[in-house]
Amino acid sequence: MTPPLGKDLLALEPLSADQIQLILDTAEPFKEISERHIKKVPTLRGATIVNLFFEASTRTRISFEFAEKRLSADTVNVASTGSSVSKGETLVDTARNLEAMRIDMVVIRHGASGAPAFLANRIESNVINAGDGTHEHPTQGLLDLLTLRDHYKKLKGLKVCIVGDVLHSRVARSNIWGLQKMGAEVAVCGPRSLLPSAIDDFGVRVFNRIDEAIQWADALNVLRLQLERMQLGYIPSLREYNRVFGVSRERLERAKREVLILHPGPMNRGVEIDSDVADGPFSVILDQVTNGVAIRMAVLYLLSGGKPELAEKAKGEA
Amino acid sequence: MHPEAAHSRTLILRGGRVVDPTQNRDEVADVAIVDGKIDAIGRGLAENGKRAGARGAGSPEVIDCSGLVVSPGFIDVHCHLREPGREEVETIATGAAAAAAGGFTAVCAMPNTDPVTDNQAAVGFVVRQSQRAGMARVYPIGAISLGQKGEVLAEFGEMVGAGAVAVSDDGKPVASAHLMRTALEYARTFNIPVADHCEEPTLARGGVMNEGVMSMKLGLKGIPDEAEEVMAIRDMLLARLTGGHIHLCHMSTKGSVELIRWGKQQGINVTAEVCPHHLSLTEDAVGNYDTHAKMNPPLRTAEDVEALRAAVKDGTIDVIATDHAPHHYDEKEREFADAPNGIVGLETALGVNITWLVKPGIIDLRTLIERMSCAPARVFHLPAGSLATGKPADVTVFDPAAEWKVDASKFRTKGRNTPYSGVTLMGRAHYTIVDGSVVYRKAH
Repeated sequence: MTPPLGKDLLALEPLSADQIQLILDTAEPFKEISERHIKKVPTLRGATIVNLFFEASTRTRISFEFAEKRLSADTVNVASTGSSVSKGETLVDTARNLEAMRIDMVVIRHGASGAPAFLANRIESNVINAGDGTHEHPTQGLLDLLTLRDHYKKLKGLKVCIVGDVLHSRVARSNIWGLQKMGAEVAVCGPRSLLPSAIDDFGVRVFNRIDEAIQWADALNVLRLQLERMQLGYIPSLREYNRVFGVSRERLERAKREVLILHPGPMNRGVEIDSDVADGPFSVILDQVTNGVAIRMAVLYLLSGGKPELAEKAKGEA
Repeated sequence: MHPEAAHSRTLILRGGRVVDPTQNRDEVADVAIVDGKIDAIGRGLAENGKRAGARGAGSPEVIDCSGLVVSPGFIDVHCHLREPGREEVETIATGAAAAAAGGFTAVCAMPNTDPVTDNQAAVGFVVRQSQRAGMARVYPIGAISLGQKGEVLAEFGEMVGAGAVAVSDDGKPVASAHLMRTALEYARTFNIPVADHCEEPTLARGGVMNEGVMSMKLGLKGIPDEAEEVMAIRDMLLARLTGGHIHLCHMSTKGSVELIRWGKQQGINVTAEVCPHHLSLTEDAVGNYDTHAKMNPPLRTAEDVEALRAAVKDGTIDVIATDHAPHHYDEKEREFADAPNGIVGLETALGVNITWLVKPGIIDLRTLIERMSCAPARVFHLPAGSLATGKPADVTVFDPAAEWKVDASKFRTKGRNTPYSGVTLMGRAHYTIVDGSVVYRKAH
């Protein structure tokens, strides 16, 4: 039987609504494991997983590692900053070496868009994309969907606006695909210099002003503004960015209804998001982090061939 | 016996369909070649030759060309042969052999070698290596600027004296408008074209594919059409200012076609080329980060391909050129953004052009031959490109209907980087004749 997600999880763009739904539903029973006193089940006992991080990451790497360990997999972390080119060894050699060690799964974070697909085409192990360049970050997209679904009990018809540097954001891409497939309405808001020039071809609404976005949206997913965008001339200053696009309490208070606030982290407080919003009553930023572990457990479980209907059973007795 | 007869070499191409746009000729005939020159075209030359042979005038070699097209030899005005500097990737000998196998009797080698071909000694080296190889002719293109640095003009006069037929900083755009102006003015003295790789460097910086829907989906930095078009119009305006001849390399966008059409209407001395891959593939070929679809300029959209095909048909684009760019196989075996640009093209150009242009009826064989032979010779002031009597006997004999599957492992080029692997193409060279000698003969 072919596993329900195929061999790899590289992106949300090629997934069907049913497949996304399956991952979200499978994550539900796994949430509870992290609430136990002993946070471990034997589901992936004997499986070997390599976490291959070519880019610095704290949150995503730890989240994957917890998900793997709570499922009893054997994990190895390989952290390597800089591109494979500067490191000397090519990605294809890395792939061959991993394959030679007979591993079961690779979780890869890489600065180059397409690197996980490159790896997946060359090894038999399951490959999970933990963020590649400016392409996708599928598990982040999924945990955002789960967090929104937890709060609103639905995704269909939900109005979600992605705020900030959509051009360079893999989180934005995974969110756009995931939300659209699940029937949500998607908008983006940010300086035009940080939106893809082809954005109008993606069926998303574009807001030039953050206040209009706030009036429209049920939820804002506020993207991190990479500080180097200013040096590269995309925006004039962080100060002005905050004035024009920053999500502040004053702006949210002018909204007609509550607007849920998501942020993939790490936050630049006082740039794209003000502290009293990040820490405020409508922020679900820490719920996202909690859900991240459950989503990653679900993805690991499904890719390893686990049957979705047995997920509840697979986690074992409490 | 006549004293000269002992030394005369006669080759007769018998019974092919002889298509020569320069003479408005399209008929089944024999072509007689004597001592490296086109001697005569007509019926019954093979039989006459045999009779002459029987009289002791030396027995001519006769090649049966029935069912094949006999054309003035194809000329590729844009290829990268990597020597000197990257001999593990290609040499002038392997490149010239690949050219011959693709039906090219002459190619122009771009100067982005290591060291750069920016002086008469370096130009002379290319000429010498080409003579040693004895395959397709290789004409050097000299650099516009020393070291292709875009600062100081190279010595055009000395390079032309050593055999250069044009100047270009290809691979790098000429960023300085002042330098381009000077190059166009200075090149007039030597009556050579200035070939430019049109790319506004700050607009294209970091880009690895066409900017648009696909680049957004794949999360790859795009190169907008305008990066090419801004430079194409700048170059044409500078050609208008100076009266120099600007040759626009590998045009890839609909907008560029419209600008060139305007430039020609204005009487600007502009010529332009397009590559087979830009006439046959779109950005969709990048698909799942396929580095064999990575080139510069990038593959564009279906709308651009359509405009480029129309421009080949109506002559807005003068020349089809390959931009043959061999790379070592493992250079392409990496992350898309890090892989080098370019594909090999010499051995697939004819097949791609026939498959995507002639077969669907966009252009006829005569136009194809015009764009692959006559126009390149005219634009770069090269001696062949015609089967007129007395012309150098550079001739391509090809089967326009032959279907064959591309197998990169069989290429003469050292490069294996092609997006056409496994694709069935129509049209293949059977004989490539340079200076009256057969330099390529298809194995049967």
